Amino acid sequence: MAQFKPIIGMEVHVELKTKSKMFCGCPAHHFQIKPNTHTCPVCLGLPGALPVPNKKAIDWTIILGLALNCTVNQQSKFDRKHYFYPDLPKGYQISQYDEPFSQKGYLTLDSGKKINITRVHLEEDTAKLIHKTIKAKDVSLVDFNRSGVPLMEIVSEPDLASGVETKEYLKKLRDIIRALKISDCDMEKGSMRLEVNLSLAKKGQSNYKVEVKNLNSFRFVDQAINYEIKRQTTLLEKGITPKQETRGYNPKLKKTFTQRSKEEAQDYRYFPEPDIPPMVFTDKDIAVLKSQLPELPETKIQKLATKHHLPVPTARLLVSQPTNYQYFIKALPSAKKHQINPQKLANLIINKKIDITQKASTQLQSLTQKKTIDKAIIKQVITQNPDVVKKFKAGKTSVLGFLVGQVMKQTKGQADPQVTRKLLLEKLSVKK
Amino acid sequence: MKLNQLTISQAIKGLKTKRLSSVDLTQACLDQIKKTNEYLNSFLTLNPQAIAEARTADRQIAASTKNFQKYPLLGIPYALKDNFLTTGLRTTASAKVLHDYIPQYDATVYSRLKKAGAVLLGKTNLDAWAHGSSTETSDYGTSRNPWNLNHTPGGSSGGSAAAVSAHQSIFAIGSETAGSIRGPACWCGVTGFKPTYGRVSRYGVIAMASSTDSPGPITKDVYDSALVTQVIAGHDPFDATSSPLPVDINPSKLSRYKKLKGIKIALPKEYLVKEMGKPTSQLIKQAVKKLQSLGADIDQVSLLDPHYSIGVYTIIQRSEVSSNLARYDGIRYGHPRTTFKHEAKNRVMLGAFTLSTGYYDQYYNKAQQVRTLVINQFNQLFKKYHLLIGPISPGPALKVGASQDNPMFGELVDMLAEPSSIAGLTGLSLPCGFVNHLPIGLQITGPQFAEQKVLEVGHIYQQNTDFQQFPDTNYGSI
Repeated sequence: MAQFKPIIGMEVHVELKTKSKMFCGCPAHHFQIKPNTHTCPVCLGLPGALPVPNKKAIDWTIILGLALNCTVNQQSKFDRKHYFYPDLPKGYQISQYDEPFSQKGYLTLDSGKKINITRVHLEEDTAKLIHKTIKAKDVSLVDFNRSGVPLMEIVSEPDLASGVETKEYLKKLRDIIRALKISDCDMEKGSMRLEVNLSLAKKGQSNYKVEVKNLNSFRFVDQAINYEIKRQTTLLEKGITPKQETRGYNPKLKKTFTQRSKEEAQDYRYFPEPDIPPMVFTDKDIAVLKSQLPELPETKIQKLATKHHLPVPTARLLVSQPTNYQYFIKALPSAKKHQINPQKLANLIINKKIDITQKASTQLQSLTQKKTIDKAIIKQVITQNPDVVKKFKAGKTSVLGFLVGQVMKQTKGQADPQVTRKLLLEKLSVKK
Repeated sequence: MKLNQLTISQAIKGLKTKRLSSVDLTQACLDQIKKTNEYLNSFLTLNPQAIAEARTADRQIAASTKNFQKYPLLGIPYALKDNFLTTGLRTTASAKVLHDYIPQYDATVYSRLKKAGAVLLGKTNLDAWAHGSSTETSDYGTSRNPWNLNHTPGGSSGGSAAAVSAHQSIFAIGSETAGSIRGPACWCGVTGFKPTYGRVSRYGVIAMASSTDSPGPITKDVYDSALVTQVIAGHDPFDATSSPLPVDINPSKLSRYKKLKGIKIALPKEYLVKEMGKPTSQLIKQAVKKLQSLGADIDQVSLLDPHYSIGVYTIIQRSEVSSNLARYDGIRYGHPRTTFKHEAKNRVMLGAFTLSTGYYDQYYNKAQQVRTLVINQFNQLFKKYHLLIGPISPGPALKVGASQDNPMFGELVDMLAEPSSIAGLTGLSLPCGFVNHLPIGLQITGPQFAEQKVLEVGHIYQQNTDFQQFPDTNYGSI
């Protein structure tokens, strides 16, 4: 019997870190800010207020599209998406429907597999609902500081086949966005939000779709996917089609749970936002934005591998932390001076053997100095232990460990055991 | 002549020469409001600061009459349609959903008038949410036509038009989605001007149909319309649809030509609609002759039947209305959704339907396609002609109650304004005669941003005719 194959697509929402909100001049940052202090008629949806789009947010969304190999639409517009919810003061969200800023791109995984990107569009974030008990009364509070913050949505095709693959896709996406410096992608602060769409089929497409929301770490995405694969497989094997629904994830129980049924498609009554004229982007406009693209993580990794001979996994680790990577590039000349090869330098940075808040040259110097001090101690240890040296020369190489221990003792554990071992071997073989 | 009967330009002359004060002028208007509002129901809310504002203006005039250069409407009292937000002063859009709504910010039009020194008398009645062409859908009762109280003033800016016609105010501000300035101006026998869509900011105007809403003045003559438009027009960073083009409206240049030589005007034969009465069409023919005698070159042309525009406009407007009213969800503003009356509910339902999946292409999209057709036709027309003329309404003001049981009442009444509105053109309505002692209006319509040309031709016509008249408002003694 053929196996059920997972069909996974991701919807990722990312808040842009622009100074002001998407359609008004209010500050866009909202984390731990006194509620309802970053508001104005526009983001409160007051009568008569009109949205004026934030150009920076549009540029940044297009830049992400370009980084994800998307086609930028020369004609684009905003649309109104209608639904009723207390966090939506206008009764509609300004989003993009059929003309997103960019579409049809891809992101390549380490295996070489391409994950197709359906679209990258821009919309406004909603207000934040806070459910609390005040004076023994259950209340729902609304904080409009988040209302109108620029929010990108990156939708993938259902090309992902496992939790592991999805995790890799998400990490890569996050690294690209961080490299573009357009969002912090901080899941704790809600600036990156993840939604999994998952179904199973033996071949081709499935006739249902389960959405899992409220996943605030890549690990939870992986776990939720694995749980869903098991759950849906069990159902399908019994001949039951899983329900079309939105599910939440409980990380403590490592289980997903039903949130709401989605059997009937909601009609959002999309139509072009009449308050914002349609936008046209010329080839020149797009070329200008393209020229602003910084070097992307994947390019950096390739360069590190070819130019500096770093193993790809090391290069990837280094690049995933932009501060580490920058420090590495800056420290390269200094490392060369102290005869430390790039791989060693990378390891020192990744393993936190050197402090990246301090200057590289002095730290690297002291590391190499250690090496010269070691030589004196090694000489000392060899002359102080003639019996052991004799045994070694007679072929009992296991005694080398004792000599290394002696060096470590003398240096109060400061010496690098690998280096010590190498130096001892050098010394002993010279004497021979 | 009483002070409240003055035009803006007459009042400014008086203020400059210190023959009158802004306080006197404002008080004269307030007195007339007090005397006539119970009959007309044109004002919903009075500005308790009006006299104080007038006093401030008088101090500025006393300081230097040069202040008129800086504040072109210094000390001039006016009325604002109640869908323009005014900080601290109740704004309802004539809908009880906003019965006690006190705005937190000013509409751009209001703040520009304030900056120009104008004195706000109060807020005028309109059809609830501007849905209608008679003010009969107002949750605060219908306004009446100053020429005959049994008739409606038209709408939706009916309160503003009635206020100007009855000399309750020196001028007024209205807003037009399709005919809401020009229609009531026509029926009340005053001058109404709809600037190009995007020429005047919509910021702070309670939205009706976002893609056609255009604020504009209702005045006692064309010259005043130019004066007011010059103040309120111009790019607004708070309205993304407002045009960045510089404002080239100049009242002092309206009289630079005495004749209409070289002006080519189109008269679409389809605008002489079957619904139009013979006396009305007679008056339009007279107006055409008058313009010809002044030197204009007028050709009869053929355009898309305005009846098509009814469909286009109805679908687009209802769709946008259903979206724009979504924010009054019963959670905010203090009144439940049941406060919405029949007309609004009707429009929301129709709009929600035309936008729903499966019907969008059939209705909304189709309407937008025909809209493009209308725009293209106008573009072609304006390659050959400077302007277009025709009736603005098929006849004089209808009796109160005529809109009842006629869900398409407004659209039929406004049929002749709709093509120009959906194309975002600029147009003027000015009196061209009377039928049964009720005024009839002529429309002069131009391409986008041709405000100055439209006003110039209107001004010359008005200078050479005597139709800008005002009714007797001694209603108490009738």
